[in-house]
Amino acid sequence: MIFTVSHVTTYRYEVPMRSAVQSLRLFPSRFDGQRTIHWDVAVEGGVRGGSFRDGAGDKVEGWSIRGPVTEVSISVSGQVETIDNAGVLRGHREVAHPLAYLRETTATWIDDSIAALAIEAAGDVTDPLSRAHRLSRAVSEAIAYTPGRTDAQTTAAEALALGEGVCQDHAHALIAAARSLGMPARYVSGYLHARDDGESHEASHAWAELHVAGIGWIGFDAANRCCPDANYIRLGSGLDAREAAPIKGVAQGAGEEALEVTVALDAVQQ
Amino acid sequence: MSTYFNEMYEHGQVREPYARLEDWTRAMPAELRQMKQAEAEALFRRIGITFAVYGEGGDPDRLIPFDMFPRVFTQNEWRKLERGIKQRARALNAFLLDVYGRAEIVKAGKVPATLVYQNEAYERAVAGFTPPRGIYSHIVGIDIVRTGADEFFVLEDNCRTPSGVSYMLENREIMMRMFPDLFRENRIEPVDGYADALRRTLASVAPAKCDREPTIGILTPGHFNSAYYEHSFLADLMGVELVEGADLFVEGGFVWMRTTEGPKKLDVIYRRIDDSFLDPLCFRPDSMLGVPGLMDAYRSGGVTICSAPGAGVADDKAIYTFVPEMVRFYLGEEPILNNVPTWQCSKADDCKYVLEHLSELVVKEVHGSGGYGMLVGPKSTKDQIETFRLKIEENPDNYIAQPTLSLSTTPTFVEEGIAPRHVDLRPYCLVGEKIELVPGGLTRVALTEGSLVVNSSQGGGVKDTWVLAE
Amino acid sequence: MLSRTAENLFWIARYIERAETMARLLEVGARIALMPSAGHGYRSEWESLLQASGTAEGFAEKYGDPVQRNIESYLFFDRDNPSSVVSCIERARENGRIVRTALTAQVWDALNVAFQEIRQLERRPRSELELTVLTEWVMRQAAMLRGAIEATLLRNDGYCFLNLGFALERADNTARLLDVKYFVLLPSVELVGSGLDNYQWQTLLRAFSATRAFHWAYGGDITARKIAHFLILNQQNPRSLISATISAMDHLDDLAHTYHKSGPAQMRARALVGELSELHIEEVFEEGLHEFLTRFIRDVGELSDMVYNAYLSGESR
Repeated sequence: MIFTVSHVTTYRYEVPMRSAVQSLRLFPSRFDGQRTIHWDVAVEGGVRGGSFRDGAGDKVEGWSIRGPVTEVSISVSGQVETIDNAGVLRGHREVAHPLAYLRETTATWIDDSIAALAIEAAGDVTDPLSRAHRLSRAVSEAIAYTPGRTDAQTTAAEALALGEGVCQDHAHALIAAARSLGMPARYVSGYLHARDDGESHEASHAWAELHVAGIGWIGFDAANRCCPDANYIRLGSGLDAREAAPIKGVAQGAGEEALEVTVALDAVQQ
Repeated sequence: MSTYFNEMYEHGQVREPYARLEDWTRAMPAELRQMKQAEAEALFRRIGITFAVYGEGGDPDRLIPFDMFPRVFTQNEWRKLERGIKQRARALNAFLLDVYGRAEIVKAGKVPATLVYQNEAYERAVAGFTPPRGIYSHIVGIDIVRTGADEFFVLEDNCRTPSGVSYMLENREIMMRMFPDLFRENRIEPVDGYADALRRTLASVAPAKCDREPTIGILTPGHFNSAYYEHSFLADLMGVELVEGADLFVEGGFVWMRTTEGPKKLDVIYRRIDDSFLDPLCFRPDSMLGVPGLMDAYRSGGVTICSAPGAGVADDKAIYTFVPEMVRFYLGEEPILNNVPTWQCSKADDCKYVLEHLSELVVKEVHGSGGYGMLVGPKSTKDQIETFRLKIEENPDNYIAQPTLSLSTTPTFVEEGIAPRHVDLRPYCLVGEKIELVPGGLTRVALTEGSLVVNSSQGGGVKDTWVLAE
Repeated sequence: MLSRTAENLFWIARYIERAETMARLLEVGARIALMPSAGHGYRSEWESLLQASGTAEGFAEKYGDPVQRNIESYLFFDRDNPSSVVSCIERARENGRIVRTALTAQVWDALNVAFQEIRQLERRPRSELELTVLTEWVMRQAAMLRGAIEATLLRNDGYCFLNLGFALERADNTARLLDVKYFVLLPSVELVGSGLDNYQWQTLLRAFSATRAFHWAYGGDITARKIAHFLILNQQNPRSLISATISAMDHLDDLAHTYHKSGPAQMRARALVGELSELHIEEVFEEGLHEFLTRFIRDVGELSDMVYNAYLSGESR
């Protein structure tokens, strides 16, 4: 599939900020499942900084905005071709060792119930790929997709206790569960093209990748009970949502911040 | 006491490097000594060399006790140490470049992957990155103890930001001021080239994008930090800026200092703050000490950070055991300096042995530093040992154990006169275009009789350290 | 140099100058209090002193009624009072410690010794400490610091920032000290020209350690006009408003020269000096001394902001 992406994120500040600095992980990953046709990222009024590809294979670019800043607007436009790889991240060049993805973070803290969920889901299955599928299914069942009940700070354990959440919560819970079994797992951010199922989906999306011995990293979208296919565009990864965030920024100054995001993802041809 | 190696007296004879010091002490009556000691203290205070001791309140401007009795090495002794230290510093850097890159040593099965990648000090943020000249740790502090005339052991490595070098320099300065005759009679290798060597080292790892004489800065957590004196002292000696996070900002992929004349580009940062505080965008988001965007500028080659974030994975106490293996693996050489035999409580057999021999061993936390969280078996009460036993049983991975070493002693001025006290040595090896080591280091001395803990935070003092010229 | 370093240097000077002003203010208060008061009483004189030093609110909160001993403690030793002598000296020394390497050993010594000694003074029973001993001690410390700066410090931008701090703080403080007269005398216009009025003016002179200098410069009777002229417009008097403003202008010009760049701060300083140079003392009294001083204090505040924006904030490009 070929998609055109148009993604605009705008931060508005009540009080002008002295300056702002951003680190963007807003570039499609390079692997067998997707190919970038063109891609353009710009920050209005910003100064482009250095860019590099990190150990996890993600392209990162820094931006600075001189103050006084009342609005920061980050625009992404591009075209990407995807193919269905059954979630397998094949042909992705990265240096970071999978074992580095066993580290716990606040958002993916393993509490007793996550550990219990993982043990129960795994049962006596030892094949790591089957285990991964079972974990993903168990998380789908344990957390009902319900927007508005959780927020960006909700942890995996909290979402599990609540039994409700959104894709971020599913991903966190699946990551924590996998790690509790010693299976490296990470958070992936990207886009998802809406399916023709009558339901509305947010185009910005997140899922988990689990490292399966013998195969490598495989994506699992517990929120949608599937593995990423040609409807998914992968951007970047990290230990949790905070690390994998496509946009990380700091603005210097006091005052409230308002956020507005519009994402449009259109299929060009079938 | 007779089991300890005394660096001045052996079999009732004065050892050669100390020969002239015997006359010196004999010619110094008690009053003169006290006068000199007071003079030294006044000098330290005046210069402002102080050190804050955590958690005890009281005067924040505390002095590290300075012992005027120097510690002396012969040229031959030093040559061996020097070769061993440089060798180790090379191996540690090769290891760092490797584990953040192709990980050959892990693939070869020489170092367990879990110890590296599950190590808290492993930074994914630098994985795949090759810093200028491939160097991660530019200042390597190697703690060495001596147990005999020709027996030296490495106690631990410090690859992040080893502190204390200002004491090495000031101790010498003060000794030369107070006892000029000593320096005329003994031919002592100078140490004051350190600042220049450090500046050269830092300049030599400037980013490739820097096309002029690099601007260097020391990044300090600020004036409340216990080592602030050292930061400002080194900045002054090198003639470089002493900056705090708030003095810097990132723009266009470079790091800039806020100056009275507008932004000025900074090329090399000798940071004296921990990894997790360097950049709130990359590490701890609540860090007020760091510079947002610094890691992006670093990884895209706009600035060099010394030592590199993640360098700590090489000086971890669990990794320590493998350093001799690193020397063989990367350099194809036999280690010149030996490790202290170490039991790792993460291994069941080792742990069993440790628990059975607690009263004989020194047990350390894997990630601890500064002499905190350790048990010195032979010096501990039954209760202390039992408390520690519980801690080890609860979290064995967190502990290693070593035999109680018979640390050498050197004569030290104490209330009653002169008495032997245990010492260690921290030389500072600089790794840049060249590997440099000034002859000497910081000798730390356990001032309490019989004590083996030399850390300044626990009542240790310092001495001037001499290497005699030939 | 780093903007923060410049800021630290600037504040070392401001705090030392401020400590000195506090001491002088205490001396004025003590002197005025020794006079038989005319109608409005002892209390209100001390109160007006607190008003002039900008510490009245903080004092009232902590102590209530203005009693001399409490005022002395508050203005000298109280760490809750950010303008007390002890607060100023501690902060000056802390600013110095931060930029230790931008100072000479002599300058650091002067700051450090003041800090060590005031800690010792604090430990002595207050009854042993005469106010004059304390105020003289402060002046001596300030003089030693200035001497060390003049004698040993490199004449670079750091020197300019120190002196800018001295000059701007002094301009502000002299104006405030002069304004004490307004607060003290305000209720009784009929006293102008009386013996008491003259006594108060003389006390002010004394507080500026300028009695002899005044006589050298003017001779004859002490009059309000002469004193106001001396403290506002006389360029021979190092503490006069015009001297302080000229000093600020000179150091700003030096900075412009060093950095090859001039800005609004330089222009504003020149305008201020220009205005004072053209001013006659009669015009000051026509405008009203208090009104004139209030305006001047505001002008100096704005100049300080410009200095901050141009050099100290780190935001300049």
